[in-house]
Amino acid sequence: MSLSDLFTEIIIDHYQHPHNHGVVVNATQRSRGYNESCGDDIELTLVVKNGIIEDAKFSGAGCSISQASASIMTDLVKGKSVEEVKKLAEKFYALVKGTQAETADDSVEEELGDAVALKGVSKFPVRVKCATLSWHTLEDAFKLVPTAGTADKK
Amino acid sequence: MAFDNLKNDFPIFAYWASKGKPLVYLDSAATTQKPRRVIDALDEYYSKFNANVHRGAYELSQIATDMYEESRTKVARFINAPKPESLIFTRNTTESINLVAYAWGLNNLHKGDEIILTEMEHHSNLVPWHIISRHTGAVLKFIRLRDDFQLDLDSLKQNLNSKTKVVSIVHVSNVLGTINPVKEITRLAHETGAICIIDGAQGVPHMVVDVKEIDCDFYAFSGHKMCGPTGIGGLYGRYELLERMEPFLGGGEMINEVYPTTSNYAKPPHKFEAGTPNIAGAVGLKAAVEYLETIGMQNVREYEARLGNYAAQRLADIDGIHIYRPAENGTGVISLTIDAAHPHDISSILDSEGIAIRAGHHCAQPLMRTLHVQATARASFYIYNNESDIEALAVGLEKAATIFKPREKANVVK
Repeated sequence: MSLSDLFTEIIIDHYQHPHNHGVVVNATQRSRGYNESCGDDIELTLVVKNGIIEDAKFSGAGCSISQASASIMTDLVKGKSVEEVKKLAEKFYALVKGTQAETADDSVEEELGDAVALKGVSKFPVRVKCATLSWHTLEDAFKLVPTAGTADKK
Repeated sequence: MAFDNLKNDFPIFAYWASKGKPLVYLDSAATTQKPRRVIDALDEYYSKFNANVHRGAYELSQIATDMYEESRTKVARFINAPKPESLIFTRNTTESINLVAYAWGLNNLHKGDEIILTEMEHHSNLVPWHIISRHTGAVLKFIRLRDDFQLDLDSLKQNLNSKTKVVSIVHVSNVLGTINPVKEITRLAHETGAICIIDGAQGVPHMVVDVKEIDCDFYAFSGHKMCGPTGIGGLYGRYELLERMEPFLGGGEMINEVYPTTSNYAKPPHKFEAGTPNIAGAVGLKAAVEYLETIGMQNVREYEARLGNYAAQRLADIDGIHIYRPAENGTGVISLTIDAAHPHDISSILDSEGIAIRAGHHCAQPLMRTLHVQATARASFYIYNNESDIEALAVGLEKAATIFKPREKANVVK
């Protein structure tokens, strides 16, 4: 268990220079995530139209892992459908909890992009909650989304 | 008093050293390590004397009862309670405060009555009063914190009035290490006819505590923060108040006579000790008190203050550090933040070096808001710590400051 597995260059860069930081104007979804154990606090605002995430931003404050994870996640989900992102979230949880099948092919890592830099979190069990906070907050936000079925019906 | 070799009294340090991972334990405000003497006392009790107390008319039960009550006498004397019967065994400080809040508060507080707390309370002396105020309509008021991390007694004086029924305050802040003037506060509370409750979770383990001299009505503390086992704590209560109070929990041991639809109760302290108590815990706590007495509580206080002062000085030059600790009369608790590194990240970095500290809100969320921080990193020292532990802490913090030193944005366009 090495610190450089946890605090990778990519993580520190996203932490110090976060992408998509702020609040989306005309957000259709808004959700807050709070990590009681260490005080990480994230507010996520989204524009979801016809089941597609058109825009995503986060605000709040917290540790490097929670903030970098939110920065990477908002990059990753823009332009994707809610259903696609839900599947991606499961892959991300497996990555940071270390429950990913050993046979997981490179395509998973490709799909997760910069989020792969959070793989080292799996060796620091107490930090898993920090990495997953933004993703859980995102899933909470989805609960408020009209289902793709009803929204898409013309 | 030589503190150099005290680590040898605590087996956990030898264990981790033998694993090649020496433990630098700086989280004693959360819970302290246990000396061999306490571990042996638990072992001996279970191996030789285990029986239920205050029930069986057989020799073993009598021995267990005697051991339990001898612990009460010992611990009561340790805080200079007027008599052993004014000390109730509980699980911990939290349960002690809840006992007062429910058994006294629910029956004596009414709509519009006022409860005064401070801005530096642990959740254990906040949330019970939130619940009681919801049930009774009593209102909460707060003694303010000054910029020098001391309580603003003027704000206490402004809040005290004939509606004040309870003043409940922390003796020593678990975040700042501020030692509050509890004797003076108790006097002011009594002048207006309020009762005064003291949360002594960080008091009893670290200094001479004399409840008679403080003159408070209740004083709560935990055994596990003073070398004792987890699951045993104490509540000192003024005996006349305990006699008048309703019970907290009902069940065995706390009764005198029971009929199908009614019952009457045993005298304090047993009135407040329903069910089989933590007998082994009490036996272990007595061993912990005896251990601390071999060192002397005044020595403990002076040694920890010295460590705290040394740490504050040693850490002061770290890049971007802020230390939240009173300049005068500090303890062995040192809370800090580093501009570029979040407390949780600091904790992971220190953990990788075998250094255990606490990062977070320390169960004092309102205080975090008062300090305008989300969280702090906290190192808390005890009798087994020394200057080399502080040196390890300093090196670890310097490493954290370096890892998170602000950098240019990476040249990657996504």
